[in-house]
Amino acid sequence: MTPTRLSLRDLLSEAVAGLAARPGRTALTVLGTVLGVSALVATVGIAQTAGNRIVGAFDQLEATSVVVSNEQPGFGASQIRVAFPADVEDRLGRLNGVQASGALGEVDIGDARVSAVKLDDPRGQNDFDIDVYAVTPGVLEAVKGTLRTGRWFDAGHDARADTVAVLGPGAAAALTIVRVDQQPVVFIGEQPFVVMGILADVDRQTKLLDAVIIPDGTARAAFGYRSATTVQVDVALGAADLIAGQAAVALRPNDPEQVRVSKPPSPGSLRNQVEVDVNFLFIILGGVSLLVGAIGIANVTLVSVLERIGEIGLRRAMGGRSRHIAAQFLVESTAMGVLGGIVGATIGVLAIVAVAAVRQWTPVLAPWIPVGAPLLGGLTGLLAGVYPAVRAASLEPVDALRSGT
Amino acid sequence: MRLSRRRRNRPPDDEQAQPELYDWEGSPDAGPDQYEADVPIPVVKLAGLGREYRSGEVTVPALVDVDLVIHAGEYVSVVGPSGSGKSTLLNVLGLLDHPTAGSYLLDGVEVSTLTEVDRTAVRGRSIGFVFQAFHLLSHRTVLENVALAMLYTGVPASERSARAADALESVGIGHRAAFQPTQLSGGERQRVAIARAIVSRPALLLADEPTGNLDSRTSDTVLGLVDELRDSGLTIIMITHDPAVAARADRSVRIRDGRLSEGVAA
Repeated sequence: MTPTRLSLRDLLSEAVAGLAARPGRTALTVLGTVLGVSALVATVGIAQTAGNRIVGAFDQLEATSVVVSNEQPGFGASQIRVAFPADVEDRLGRLNGVQASGALGEVDIGDARVSAVKLDDPRGQNDFDIDVYAVTPGVLEAVKGTLRTGRWFDAGHDARADTVAVLGPGAAAALTIVRVDQQPVVFIGEQPFVVMGILADVDRQTKLLDAVIIPDGTARAAFGYRSATTVQVDVALGAADLIAGQAAVALRPNDPEQVRVSKPPSPGSLRNQVEVDVNFLFIILGGVSLLVGAIGIANVTLVSVLERIGEIGLRRAMGGRSRHIAAQFLVESTAMGVLGGIVGATIGVLAIVAVAAVRQWTPVLAPWIPVGAPLLGGLTGLLAGVYPAVRAASLEPVDALRSGT
Repeated sequence: MRLSRRRRNRPPDDEQAQPELYDWEGSPDAGPDQYEADVPIPVVKLAGLGREYRSGEVTVPALVDVDLVIHAGEYVSVVGPSGSGKSTLLNVLGLLDHPTAGSYLLDGVEVSTLTEVDRTAVRGRSIGFVFQAFHLLSHRTVLENVALAMLYTGVPASERSARAADALESVGIGHRAAFQPTQLSGGERQRVAIARAIVSRPALLLADEPTGNLDSRTSDTVLGLVDELRDSGLTIIMITHDPAVAARADRSVRIRDGRLSEGVAA
């Protein structure tokens, strides 16, 4: 005689009917899984949203900054390994993705001091030890600098080696220069420079804020300046990796490995780091509530098995094999888990959206999370159902029919 | 012999008189006609059957050396006091339990040595159960309860509803198909249970105190239905402790301390 069988469709419809028979209890049982899954989804989603938020803040500055350096790394006085060419801006400006670029480097002025008024002041309160930087004209844009007053160099000042200077706000304060319309002069050592403008702020290379800044060509002519030490590149969003790869070759085609390129941390790794920090505790919390949910399902399914002993006996008498009984209870508990996963994912997503709306963030959630949540719930239900299903399947039909009603 | 007398001798118009009754011709085993030419194979043949329960060191015999032959179309009642082994006999007959000695031929096939899977298959396809406690699923409709008997036996899902409805019609409660069992009276519930037991066209109907939970008037209706089933050719074994119920059967066997004695016909 061919063994009795239970088609998948019948199995599913029997399980659904079993759950629908006690809707209130099913809902309460599912609640534990709902809490666990929604806690997990909300945790992961809020962490991703916050991580994206932090990355977004960095995007403005860090993610668009590529810095090339030719200094020998190490302690003490840094040494220039190879010189940068004079036409840095031309070379980099041709790369697609470069918004602005400029070379800068500290000028060696020996023991010279900077003063606004040449006085023979024995107390030395008139002259200051201020750094002098040589920059190419593109630097202002590349460091996202703004001027408080006056104007910035152009290529002409650079080419003609005009003795002009722009002051960082710190240097300007020290030298007590607040206006440039009278063409004030600062002295570097004995050499006078006409102040063209005063910086308000720079977003990058903040050492410029306390410096006297002179054109690259001027520095070469006046101080024997040989090469910039730093090339600051402002790149389009997302082009950082590309430009970082190309910049060294563009600047030193023969030996690109001689220069060091610093690029922003890739957004992916930054986001991951943030997520790992935020997630850890909450994932544990979510896991615990999921475990509680699983125990809830296991408990109720076990009670349900005991309550339905008569039904189990009847099904055995009708030709149901023990594996059919086990499958039915497993499918019921799995279905409860999937249901909890779906509802939990929904609540979790709503929570993320709500938090993001309150904080005016952009809600971010990896697509696999709402898809995976019901699977996780189902797995929880499946595992929770194993013991009750085994209990149900191991009941002898005779005993089941006798004790059940 | 008087076993299937009613079925064989019944004139065609008598059959017409019972249109609502279930049609047994489709059943491969229940119809006695196929055996007419040969020596009929009994539906049930127990020989030296025994069942012992072991609890620790002690062995308790529940059935001892039971011999019983039941032919197709027979209506046999098993009577005995409680604890006499009635239920054990029913469980063994229904393949819910396996004997520890002797042989059990169901439709000529030795079933006492079958594996659990095969026993389940035979149980689902060849035996219909009617329980004292009805064993209806309270959250399912009457129709679904009856269709449940075909869930495991390979009847296509598309046929189940129609067959269940037919079975309900045949026991006279087709109009209750969409009801929940809790909305029915005890007599109606037992009729649903009987519909469920016969919908798979079993070779053997086992009824365990089917009227035990019913008052005398509804008992009478249910027993009348059982009589009709017998008239249509179904082989029936009914367990009861009520002599009046047992008396309605063609034949009555008595069980006492696990031993069966061929009782007087009612």
